[in-house]
Amino acid sequence: MDWLFLFEVAIAGLGAGGLYALAAVGFVVVYKATRVVNMAIGEILMLGAFVFFGFASGLGWPPWAAVPAALVVGGLFGGVVERTMIRPMLGESPIAVFMITVGLGSLLVGLVELVWSPEPRRLPAFLPDAPIFLPTPWGEAYVSPKTAYASAAALVLITGFMLAFRYWRGGVALRATATDRGAAYTVGINVPLVFATAWIAGSVAAFGAGVLLGAIGGISSTMGVFGLSVLVVVIVGGLDSLLGALVAGLLIGLLEALAGTFLGGEYKLLVTFGLLVVVLLIRPYGLFGTREIERL
Amino acid sequence: MTIATATAGTAAVLAVNNIEVVYHDTIQVLRGLSLSVPRGAVVALLGANGAGKTTTLKAVSRLLELENGAVTAGDIRFADQPIAGLAPHTLVRRGLFHVLEGRRVFEDLTVEENLTAATYACRSGTARAGFELVYEYFPRLYERRTSTAGYLSGGEQQMLAIGRALIASPQLMLLDEPSLGLSPILVETIFEIIARINREQGTALLLVEQNAAMAFAIASYAYILETGKVVIDGPVERLMRDEDVREFYLGQGGRSYRDVKHYKRRKRWLS
Repeated sequence: MDWLFLFEVAIAGLGAGGLYALAAVGFVVVYKATRVVNMAIGEILMLGAFVFFGFASGLGWPPWAAVPAALVVGGLFGGVVERTMIRPMLGESPIAVFMITVGLGSLLVGLVELVWSPEPRRLPAFLPDAPIFLPTPWGEAYVSPKTAYASAAALVLITGFMLAFRYWRGGVALRATATDRGAAYTVGINVPLVFATAWIAGSVAAFGAGVLLGAIGGISSTMGVFGLSVLVVVIVGGLDSLLGALVAGLLIGLLEALAGTFLGGEYKLLVTFGLLVVVLLIRPYGLFGTREIERL
Repeated sequence: MTIATATAGTAAVLAVNNIEVVYHDTIQVLRGLSLSVPRGAVVALLGANGAGKTTTLKAVSRLLELENGAVTAGDIRFADQPIAGLAPHTLVRRGLFHVLEGRRVFEDLTVEENLTAATYACRSGTARAGFELVYEYFPRLYERRTSTAGYLSGGEQQMLAIGRALIASPQLMLLDEPSLGLSPILVETIFEIIARINREQGTALLLVEQNAAMAFAIASYAYILETGKVVIDGPVERLMRDEDVREFYLGQGGRSYRDVKHYKRRKRWLS
């Protein structure tokens, strides 16, 4: 057994998992506050990558300006979607809102193809590309610099979100709204503002994940299929749990990398969806999802 | 100047004038209801199921619109200001707090986080003192401050629901059936605390109750609703001597249920 190789594969898997986790956070924040299942998460992520491409390549902005600009656009995008598509559906059946997000996904693919054409492109390199070597008992392990920096950025963002949910008063308001919307109104919480905030934060996370993912593997209008894996991650982790998104993201990234390397690429999906089935059988609300408190 | 203050002191904190409420544009629930709550007073709102008590409270706190209901006639004034067009969360910050029926604590949050969420009802800068006040009235909540609210007992949840209101030190508290589902001994404890809040904090209360005897024990004035309008009202001392009220709401009287049904039918026919 080549331990060094295994270590390198595991690190690469965890790095990819960090990106899963970040996109999953974008999903969970929205679901937690508004109970909307956002099927457009993959396409929002793709839009984020293209908006960054637009700033960096189209307008020729340096990365330190283009990245924040893309995130700001992400926030605006989330706010506009909430105001024009989600808020008018308040109180309608969840399946109708679900279908709106499915439609939004198709709309975004069309929009991106109209503006930038469907061809795959490369993002201008902005992450440092000096190779990183980690000392291990078996020798020096090579870590792809892009993956390393991207997953580090993802972890920082996720930690920020988790701290905000736990300790910031607005985070408490968001969780309160998630638990009981009617009661949230009566304690003075501005519920529509909470919804807008959740969509803004969720879209910023998805845009961020899109930029990082694009930096590693290039961008194309079909990169939204990444959203499918993100859905697996949030279901495994628990739809309303940030910690679940993080743990499940890393776990699935790791499993995919191991399966891809040792079993062959065609086993990647088999392993992920196998895990999904097992988790649903044992813990239907996900690894860290909230179980409804029932008092009889 | 002194006269102006005196007038303000006696004016009603809440004045509901001849309102009608319609749900889904078709179902009329309130038909010309009027009531008023003087500053610092406890007013009870009684009536059978479906009479419109909860709807009245929701019209006042403006939660009605979230349930496809609307006030189609009449007006409601809180602290001498009309409330039409205000969002529910704005109204709370002006000092009108609605404690919903069935406690409705945030089950996934801890006791302390429930209170933190309620600080959104505070005018700025009063939150810190509010926590101490709540824990002083409900020492039990302090003991359980790190517990998840969903696992509290029914009585503790009701304390938390009232504590969330207390933290905002409102001018007027709407209480919808605080005795619901609690043991008689707990009902007494809760009502003692409610009475203390009214006495010590000067908070006016509009109290909806099925337990009329308990409501009469702390209220000074009461309204009795039937099918969306006030049928009897008056100071509690007078209502407690009233033959019909004693019989139908306090359960003291000699007539059999057959007569009661007959009476109710006749009443409805007449009104």
